[in-house]
Amino acid sequence: MPKLKLGLYWAASCGGCEIAIIELREKILDLDAAVEILFWPVAMDYKYHDVEAMPDQHIDVCLFNGAIRNSENEHVAHLLRKKSKVLVAFGSCAHTGGIPGLANLYSRKSIFARAYLDEPSVVNNDHALPQTSYAMPEGQVNIPRMYNTVKTLAQIEDVDYFVPGCPPQPHQIWAVVEAILSGNLPAKGSVVGANDKTVCDECKHTRQEKRIKKFYRPHEIIPDSVSCLFDQGILCAGPATRGGCGALCTKVDMPCRGCYGAPPHVVDQGAALLSAAASVADASTEEDAARIINEIVDPVGTFYRFGLPASLLHRNRIGST
Amino acid sequence: MADLFEPRIVGFLCNWCTYTAADTAGVNRMKMPPNVDIIRVMCSGRIDPEFVLKAFALGADGVIVSGCHPPGDCHYSNGNFKTFRRMPLLETLLAQYGIEKERFHWGWISGAEANKWTQLVQDFTDQVRALGPLDWQRELADKV
Repeated sequence: MPKLKLGLYWAASCGGCEIAIIELREKILDLDAAVEILFWPVAMDYKYHDVEAMPDQHIDVCLFNGAIRNSENEHVAHLLRKKSKVLVAFGSCAHTGGIPGLANLYSRKSIFARAYLDEPSVVNNDHALPQTSYAMPEGQVNIPRMYNTVKTLAQIEDVDYFVPGCPPQPHQIWAVVEAILSGNLPAKGSVVGANDKTVCDECKHTRQEKRIKKFYRPHEIIPDSVSCLFDQGILCAGPATRGGCGALCTKVDMPCRGCYGAPPHVVDQGAALLSAAASVADASTEEDAARIINEIVDPVGTFYRFGLPASLLHRNRIGST
Repeated sequence: MADLFEPRIVGFLCNWCTYTAADTAGVNRMKMPPNVDIIRVMCSGRIDPEFVLKAFALGADGVIVSGCHPPGDCHYSNGNFKTFRRMPLLETLLAQYGIEKERFHWGWISGAEANKWTQLVQDFTDQVRALGPLDWQRELADKV
């Protein structure tokens, strides 16, 4: 039987998804026995022109991690879609935009200004900013154009499956690999390698539905290991996040950060979490409510930590920051 | 021309108080701008922040959330408590999205306050008209 042809790519990502695949540990040998890797820039020396030279749909499965942040990401996404039978958005960034998606609170202009001009550690007397093309004596050189708006893979290409997580958990990756190898795949567009219930379902902490007088940030409190972190006043994304990770963060008493994205039937993860957060405030007057609620620093960054590009509004208005 | 702009405003009104006020205003043929599209919900505590975000995402220029006066007026005794816990947080969120605070109003109008409703519709429509269109989808589509 011919081996399954696998492609892996990273767009706007940190490389953690690649590490997650290595985290398969000894199973990586089973993976190697079952598949032939045709493209994996982080680990193997293949070039884009190798992919361009392939016939269409030559790759059986492409695991695509990273958000779409610049013209190179988008170009390779279109290329890999053409060359792959099955395109999988792998990890939070490809699925919902991930941490790079928080750049949607800024514009390209303000990001460039911060990174190249205003940053205290930067010396840039010429006020040089990245240019997409430049005439060198040897000829014109071009670099990809950074976009104003970070997008998810599904916002620019047709995606077959989504594997959530920052990064996806190895046991879930293996479950997905097994499903692919056995041909036992769910309907197109499904989220695979995750549960249909929230993180709370897997969490060891006990919910008592207490009302809280004050919100704490994780560094301001040492939580106990028994009662619900929300009950203790810590903003935990668990109630608005799809389970499947095994409640890794809350297992060590850190609040869930929401990387597995919205559970089924929730359109906007941040709005769901905002609702959950506001409803635990112990306030019977408008003044009390406003006081407790105003302690929440950076609502967008907290409620949409991994999913701003996939949210209803996608980004803030350009020019507002 | 700017003075021709008619804002599209979505109003999420609770069945028992503000919707009743709006109904009374209508029955009494009280004069007000036609810019508010009313969505009746059973309780202002039922208004998921998602509704407001979706209204803006799909083209609303302004959004009104209005229910029964707290404490005590709520038909379900404390549904409006949920409203005043959520809405201030939603206000902060909208500010981060760059949506002007004048585009979002939340508050209380009882069934007996039809005048207050017509006044709100008049004032809020003027306020949003002065800001101009929000047009969220175009905002996104214009710039990569």
